[in-house]
Amino acid sequence: MAVKELLDRYTRMEKLPHIWCPGCGHGIILGSVLRAIQRQNLEPDKTTIVSGIGCSSRAPGYMKFDTLHTTHGRALAFATGVKLARPELNVIVLSGDGDCAAIGGNHLIHAARRNINLTTVVFNNSIYGMTSGQYSPLTPHKRFATTAPYGNVDHPFDLCQLVIAAGATYVARGTAYHTQMLIDLIAKGIERKGFSFIEVVTQCPTYYGRKNKLGSAIDMLNWQKEHGVPVKAAAKLPPEKMEGKFVIGELHCTQRPEYVEEYQRIIDRMERE
Amino acid sequence: MGENERQAVLMSGNEACVEGALLAGINFFAGYPITPSTEIAEGLAERLPRHGGKFIQMEDEIASMAAVVGASLAGAKAMTATSGPGFSLKQENIGFAAMAEVPCVVVNVQRYGPSTGLPTSPAQGDIMQARWGTHGDHPMIALMPASVQESLTLTIEAFNLAEKFRTPVILLLDEVVGHMREGIVPPRKEEIMIKKRKKPTAPPEEYLPYRAEPDGVPPMANFGDGYRFHVTGLVHDETGFPRGRGSDGDYLVRRLTNKVKNHFVPMVEEYLTEDAEIAVVACGSVARSAKRAVNLGREQGIKVGLVRPISIWPFPEKAIKDLAGKVRAIVVPEMNLGQVALEVERCACGKAVVYRLNRIDAELITPDEILAKIQEVK
Amino acid sequence: MAQLEIRLSGFGGQGLITAGIILADAAIREGKQAVQSQSYGPEARGGASKAEVIISDTAIDYPKVKEPSVLLAMSQEACDKYLESLRDDGILIIDSYYVKKVPETRARVYSLPITELAREKLGKVIVANIVALGATVEITGAVGQGTLEEAVLSRVPGGTEELNRQALAIGFQLGRKQLEK
Repeated sequence: MAVKELLDRYTRMEKLPHIWCPGCGHGIILGSVLRAIQRQNLEPDKTTIVSGIGCSSRAPGYMKFDTLHTTHGRALAFATGVKLARPELNVIVLSGDGDCAAIGGNHLIHAARRNINLTTVVFNNSIYGMTSGQYSPLTPHKRFATTAPYGNVDHPFDLCQLVIAAGATYVARGTAYHTQMLIDLIAKGIERKGFSFIEVVTQCPTYYGRKNKLGSAIDMLNWQKEHGVPVKAAAKLPPEKMEGKFVIGELHCTQRPEYVEEYQRIIDRMERE
Repeated sequence: MGENERQAVLMSGNEACVEGALLAGINFFAGYPITPSTEIAEGLAERLPRHGGKFIQMEDEIASMAAVVGASLAGAKAMTATSGPGFSLKQENIGFAAMAEVPCVVVNVQRYGPSTGLPTSPAQGDIMQARWGTHGDHPMIALMPASVQESLTLTIEAFNLAEKFRTPVILLLDEVVGHMREGIVPPRKEEIMIKKRKKPTAPPEEYLPYRAEPDGVPPMANFGDGYRFHVTGLVHDETGFPRGRGSDGDYLVRRLTNKVKNHFVPMVEEYLTEDAEIAVVACGSVARSAKRAVNLGREQGIKVGLVRPISIWPFPEKAIKDLAGKVRAIVVPEMNLGQVALEVERCACGKAVVYRLNRIDAELITPDEILAKIQEVK
Repeated sequence: MAQLEIRLSGFGGQGLITAGIILADAAIREGKQAVQSQSYGPEARGGASKAEVIISDTAIDYPKVKEPSVLLAMSQEACDKYLESLRDDGILIIDSYYVKKVPETRARVYSLPITELAREKLGKVIVANIVALGATVEITGAVGQGTLEEAVLSRVPGGTEELNRQALAIGFQLGRKQLEK
């Protein structure tokens, strides 16, 4: 589908241009989500997009679906209510590293544990962008932020491993650079029944990049290209070659009973009794 | 017992809340265990799936409030129940529901606080939190039952008001009413009036999700019905989108406040106030003690009456103003250090002397204590 | 009868709250007004535990029992703790199995082998609460025997109906013997 057609069909054109900074990767991720929705042929009237608070969470405003911009960190909890009340809706959650891994971390692990049929895309730019550059649970150790002026004391989560451990049935990591792969990963996440989680490594040249002297947006995209190692390639590399790099692609795909269906079984059983 | 009289059944205030919710047509409940409200979650966990509804125990209080708002946006009649500390945690998303105009019912079975306090003991310390617990100006409706029967009927009313005004409604029980059992006669389905949110009549392309009708309330589409609208806690215009304008905030927050202020009729019970020279103003379980005290006072020839705010928010200002115009003294007994008294003093405007009677030792104020105060101010 | 206030006391686990609920339920079945309440929390676990029932022909406002006219005490601690609140013209029913020291009181005292009979005749102390309820109702006339039995049967776990029916009968008989004295 041509870009114009994609935009006409799935975006609120009157809301564009978007508020993101020049060079920000969030637009690329938004485009990938829309292409994945298009590939899965989701019915727009039956698709709800839910977000929390932060740069990433402004994305739903541009998307022509039922869109819910909730409170900070709580997108998954709101989405759980939407999905359980109306299971026929496709519910996609868009969140950021601060929104999802810090204030919303509890909701994340519990949504994964329930294996509720939601697709979550986390825009991981390693920083709180909307509040101008504080460190998040995904900011690497020793990196700088306005609240880590002497280097970050914290160590980051491996969010994908966390969510796998919590019980998600589809987990993947992509980057803003590898867009074709990203579309594939999100599309499969939507297709899979259960809790699907896609972490997307993206660039924030304005705050994270500047604070850590990482260069332009193009430099940061090149960094993603050079440091994101596909699953198969990573498997063949010795650990020392993976130092400082990260794995991209499908990390986990399994099957487990889905929450809403399980609950429906109880309702059906009660009706029979 | 006559043939037309129905058999009463014995149940607790919390159990009656469950029955009321089911009669009101609840089909979604999200909650988190907390004393002394847990029986409501337990009751609905058992009953909801039998009615085709959904129950979920969320990971925390914040999440249960969020899930309730999400479910309501998808068209469900949704409720949560909690107590003191949980009520504090829910406040941010209660504010979201007020701002985004999402109908829902929040039950708070008040317990002794602050903090963990005395978890199983009664108090009425959340009166002001119910009104102002979330940040910013916002409308608030809170109802306060004094009996098990009323716990049922006001739960139904809470759903109706939430649907009518598109706003969160708080059912403010206290531990005494929540846990005591008494006989009640549940109404038949056909005897109950059920209100549902207004649906839009405009086609999706013309739908303005936040354009209010003359009653101050905009019609509400459900997610999934093809309207594809945007919901946010940011200040928004009639389209539902933020523009970052203070003037939009001015218009919106005034409208939200006024839709309740101008159209909600405060609910009060007046008892023996016609010729009263002294009045007692009491809510919830304390009003039961107050009624006994009023009867005992009358037996002694004291002209005393009772005004019981049933809707504690919006506060029945006119009823109290009128009362202050005709009585000499108003006694306000409450299980806190004076919260309802603040409102009574405000409404009385000095026309009647307001006497406080406060108890915070986790015991229900007794009729004798109220009677003694009445005698003292006589 | 204007308003009858009953306090059922003992220690946690004796089923006194269930007994209170059943008694209130029976009153409701007779078209009377009833309010049942109980102590919760630490007080309800071990130590003294209590359930209270108010039965009235007219609406009940203040829902708590302050000065009961009937006190059932199924532990020494409960007896010692709550006797003070019993009205002078009230009735004290004690379980002689637990309450060895009968305190001085102006109330009428009935010392009954409640737990002992539940154990001897039924082999189950768990139904001592129902024996106690039967005796209390027989002595006080708080509710009718028939409605009490209906209430018991509607509120005990399925499969224990016969056991509870027998416990109730033992309680009624125990009370009757006392009245005949």
